[in-house]
Amino acid sequence: MASNFSIKHQPGFTAIAATCFVVLYLPIIVLVLYAFNAASSTSEWGGFSLRWFQSAYQNTQVIDATLRSFQIGAIAAVLSTIFATMAALATTRTAPYPGLTFKYAAINQPLMVPEIVTGVALLIFFSRIKIFTGYSGLGYLIAAHTAFCIPFAYLPIRARLENMDLTLERAAADLYATPWKTFRRITLPLLWPGILAGLMLAFVISLDDVVITEFVKSGGQDTLPTYMLGQIRRGVTPEINAISTAFLLLSVAIVTLFFFVSRKRD
Amino acid sequence: MATAEEVAKAAERRDVRDRWLLSAPALLVILLAATGPLLIVLVYSFLTPGAYGDVKWQFSPDAWVSVFMERDIFDDTLSLAAAHVTIFWRSIKLAVVTTLATLALGFPTAYFMATRSEKTRDLWLFLITIPFWTNLLIRTFAVLQIIRNEGIINTILLKLGIISAPIQILYTDTAILIGMAYVYLPLMVLPIYASMEKLDFRLVEAGYDLYATRFKVLRKIIFPLVKPGVIAGSILVFIPALGAYVTPVVLGGGKNMMLSNLIELQFGQGRNWPLGSALSITVMVIVMLALLAYVRNAGKSGVRHG
Repeated sequence: MASNFSIKHQPGFTAIAATCFVVLYLPIIVLVLYAFNAASSTSEWGGFSLRWFQSAYQNTQVIDATLRSFQIGAIAAVLSTIFATMAALATTRTAPYPGLTFKYAAINQPLMVPEIVTGVALLIFFSRIKIFTGYSGLGYLIAAHTAFCIPFAYLPIRARLENMDLTLERAAADLYATPWKTFRRITLPLLWPGILAGLMLAFVISLDDVVITEFVKSGGQDTLPTYMLGQIRRGVTPEINAISTAFLLLSVAIVTLFFFVSRKRD
Repeated sequence: MATAEEVAKAAERRDVRDRWLLSAPALLVILLAATGPLLIVLVYSFLTPGAYGDVKWQFSPDAWVSVFMERDIFDDTLSLAAAHVTIFWRSIKLAVVTTLATLALGFPTAYFMATRSEKTRDLWLFLITIPFWTNLLIRTFAVLQIIRNEGIINTILLKLGIISAPIQILYTDTAILIGMAYVYLPLMVLPIYASMEKLDFRLVEAGYDLYATRFKVLRKIIFPLVKPGVIAGSILVFIPALGAYVTPVVLGGGKNMMLSNLIELQFGQGRNWPLGSALSITVMVIVMLALLAYVRNAGKSGVRHG
């Protein structure tokens, strides 16, 4: 057998992997390039220009939708992270107790149902409540986003907690720290990277949602993704490329941050 | 006087109660804005459609009948609803083919990533994570711009003289398939990679020592060991692919409907909320069956995946 025989080699695998990485990034690169296109169509290159960013920035619908997305995303991310942290504390570092399995199942349930079904269910449920209460504000979207963000926020927080033993908390209790003080001074600082990761994950998930938002929103409650979907349905201008590019930049920034927070080993 | 045992029991009860209180807000939000409403969908599927959408509170099994059957408006006979069957068949077919395509591409990719050195592995993982967390709509839109008639593929092929007229990919099933495979690929790669990362290559070495061929090592050693990751990835791709909404709207152009578009139609122009509800429940049942198969399979293989 040849001396450089590698046990890890499989014929063709590297080529397929290389193709995958190229194919994953190529469309995104093309999309970003055309955001800087001076021409009015997305099929020819008319030189470098920032005009589509400018036109997106001056489009009040885009700005409104963006602000709405951020508002919903921020509130839903904070709420879901707080609830997920509490739930994670209640479901880790314990001997099995009655209801524990139920809690796992319930918290992960939103992941098991196709978004379209949840969307339809909320459309029906919220339309009843709208008739009943007369309220038709952003509350419905915030409630829906909070619910489907919980399992995502829960993941990194639970993972972090499972790697923390109770030694330090017990030591604090031995030294007459109150449970609240132990939580604030010991548990919370140790758990913080997990909480941050959960918060960012929840924010990105909320920001990306199209389907559930599309079904739950009332008139004039477009978020940035549902606004974009409407525009793409009607036909494409490079303005959508510009908005997508800005959106991409934000996502990449958050993911990079997330990657470093969750990979940090100490 | 309470014995030590009683005190311990009381403490334990208090602990469980506190744990319920702590998890109450999360459970309540999910119950109100995710799980609970699913029951209302079930109820709605047995009601009569209202004239302007919504429902009349009157029992009717019609919605369930019309999931697969249609009533002739003249002689009231039932026949198979060809349009619905076509859409069900298309959705399941596209979801299965998407799962297989992402598996064929994702497995070697995950293998490639897992066999890199410890240091570079994080970089590859990062590169696959970015598309994973990038907005699905934006990625679908990116595919749209590539496969359009005026898109980069057709432009290059035309310039090279390989074709004389643009190939119509957009607004076909192929377009939906390409789009779904593209957006869901990271969902397949990540769980397989998680299994692959833990693979003990001494087993592979042992295989070669016993004169196994590369293919045999792949089939008899590597694949069985990472099977939990493969199954998890397949489930993660199949569920959203079956209920895909954005991809068929953007790349199928509304003509090539999938289940989710059919459901949306019932809540929009169709004004048949009970039928939309019955269709939603049907989608969920298909998903549950897939999940059940997954749980049984994962249990049988007896390997924990992470």
